[in-house]
Amino acid sequence: MSESAMQERFGAFGGRYVPETLIPALDELAAAYAEALRDPSFTVALDDALRTYVGRPSALSEAPRFSGRVGARVLLKREDLNHTGAHKINNALAQAMLAERIGKRRIIAETGAGQHGVATATACARLGLECVVYMGEEDMRRQELNVFRMRLMGASVVPVRSGTRTLKDATSEAIRDWVGSCEHSHYIIGSVVGPAPYPQMGRDFQAIIGREARAQVLDRTGRLPACVVACVGGGSNAMGIFHAFVPDPDVRLVGVEAAGRGLDTGEHSASLARGTPGVLHGSLSYLLQDADGQVHPAHSISAGLDYPGVGPEHAWLHDTGRATYEACTDDEALAAFGLFARLEGIVPALETAHAVAWVDARCGQWRPDDIILLCVSGRGDKDVAQVAQMHTFPG
Amino acid sequence: MLAERFASLRTSGRRALVCYVTAGHPDRGASLALVQGIAEAGADVIELGVPFSDPVADGPVIQQSSQSALEAGMTLDGTLDVAAAARPGVPLVLFSYLNPVLAAGRDVLRRASDAGFSGILVTDLPVGADPEREQWIGDGPLAFVRLVAPTTPAVRMAEIARHGSGFVYLISRLGVTGARADLPPGLRETVERLRASCTLPICVGFGVSTPDQAVAVGSVADGVVVGSALVAAAAKSVDGAVGFVRDLRSALDG
Repeated sequence: MSESAMQERFGAFGGRYVPETLIPALDELAAAYAEALRDPSFTVALDDALRTYVGRPSALSEAPRFSGRVGARVLLKREDLNHTGAHKINNALAQAMLAERIGKRRIIAETGAGQHGVATATACARLGLECVVYMGEEDMRRQELNVFRMRLMGASVVPVRSGTRTLKDATSEAIRDWVGSCEHSHYIIGSVVGPAPYPQMGRDFQAIIGREARAQVLDRTGRLPACVVACVGGGSNAMGIFHAFVPDPDVRLVGVEAAGRGLDTGEHSASLARGTPGVLHGSLSYLLQDADGQVHPAHSISAGLDYPGVGPEHAWLHDTGRATYEACTDDEALAAFGLFARLEGIVPALETAHAVAWVDARCGQWRPDDIILLCVSGRGDKDVAQVAQMHTFPG
Repeated sequence: MLAERFASLRTSGRRALVCYVTAGHPDRGASLALVQGIAEAGADVIELGVPFSDPVADGPVIQQSSQSALEAGMTLDGTLDVAAAARPGVPLVLFSYLNPVLAAGRDVLRRASDAGFSGILVTDLPVGADPEREQWIGDGPLAFVRLVAPTTPAVRMAEIARHGSGFVYLISRLGVTGARADLPPGLRETVERLRASCTLPICVGFGVSTPDQAVAVGSVADGVVVGSALVAAAAKSVDGAVGFVRDLRSALDG
């Protein structure tokens, strides 16, 4: 558990750009969070739940055939092996425990691919909390299986029909619920976005990924990786795996955004590559927007990356140059989805497939003794039906 | 201009009628006629809303008005044009989310003033959130109207009053904008708590939808803000919306 001081901003980015009604709720949350971190009864219970319920530490796998193809040693941080199949449970479970601690027994969440919604529904079922998940109608169609899983665990899934009917509008709708219910409800944001303290809290609860991975890589190889790679939508798995490596100057940090149909088509989700600073959902960060400050709809084949903003700490890592941000298209991610399944017997989430695609695109450009640490943020079971409809892989 | 209007209301013992409409809704021409019409019907202050793609503080009525205005091409600059063309003769408040204001550039406050605005309200810029940008707005030519919520503690109410000008907009209830059938209990106490630390006029909004509610709010506050109910009326007809404002006015003055 990180003991870093409460941070409202990352350089110029972050902040709390919310309706006045939410300010007291955010103050209360920040105080409760800081207090929980200092209370061993919370941290011990969380560590125990992560070990015995989520299944942590997650494995560090070799990727022998993929490594052979790209010409470097690729190590996989297996967040796909967590209970519920993605890194999202790390944050959802911790925040649900925090909500229980502060006496808020109704939980609100938004979800894109459904992974955060499933993780939140799971945590709520385990703790006996009421759970309401906002999900864009378009995403409900793309991710039917996850809608069923959430409902199976007792959550209400509310279809969002406004705007683009995807993650952006689901987030707006969840905020609207919270503006009316903040006295008795806790909002679990699914990524490192939103008003302070959410970006820091989300990062802290995901930082276990990087802490474990750094120790595992050192233990296995005796040295640090040359490069750490993760996909970036809002950026929670990337922030989680990057955080432990930020002080290691020789470790290159690469976030891979969704280039959708291509960075120059206007149909992508690459907020850092193509966006400009602006305010959405409570914080100042890079944002896809037009010249009038209206938020531009994002596009990605992957519902979890289909978001026009990005966490403010990524904006700061981008501007300071500590991390670099690249992008892969829908087609590259689809190809990597199949490639990884065939070479490693791992079906990655379409989100994760963007990070796989970026490593693969640099075949032969790596030094043979390079270690690449790749965050397998989630498994692709949820995507199989969608991909099957659009692709035929060679049998 | 806001200060003069509230001073004169105070002298005559009347309550302010503050009307919110979304610029460009139901369309650009109707929006212009609406601003002029509601001024003539007795609005004391008009909040002219800049449509935004992601209005997290707004309920379905204002969301839909924003979306349709955006689809018809309305922008912040277009909102200034509507104001400049309407010149309604009552104080205008530019009502916006922060992002369109930031995108409009450093000179936007002066341009808004030139277009006839006398105040600005930024929904998602609470007191203390961004001191640098708040100072930029506070030092500009427009009165800076700040919001107080039912959740705001008394200490913070005083801070908000210190950092605002023109009037204070008191949100009567938790939740997003939208007409409600009843007024929240405890409103009188909230207004009194705020008045203890605030010398600015206090206008109450969120949920006011009938002349009777306006009168009830007017009995405890300096002014009443009507938004969603008016936008919903304007979606049907400008004349109907103007008639609604006339009814509110006569109820408040009666």
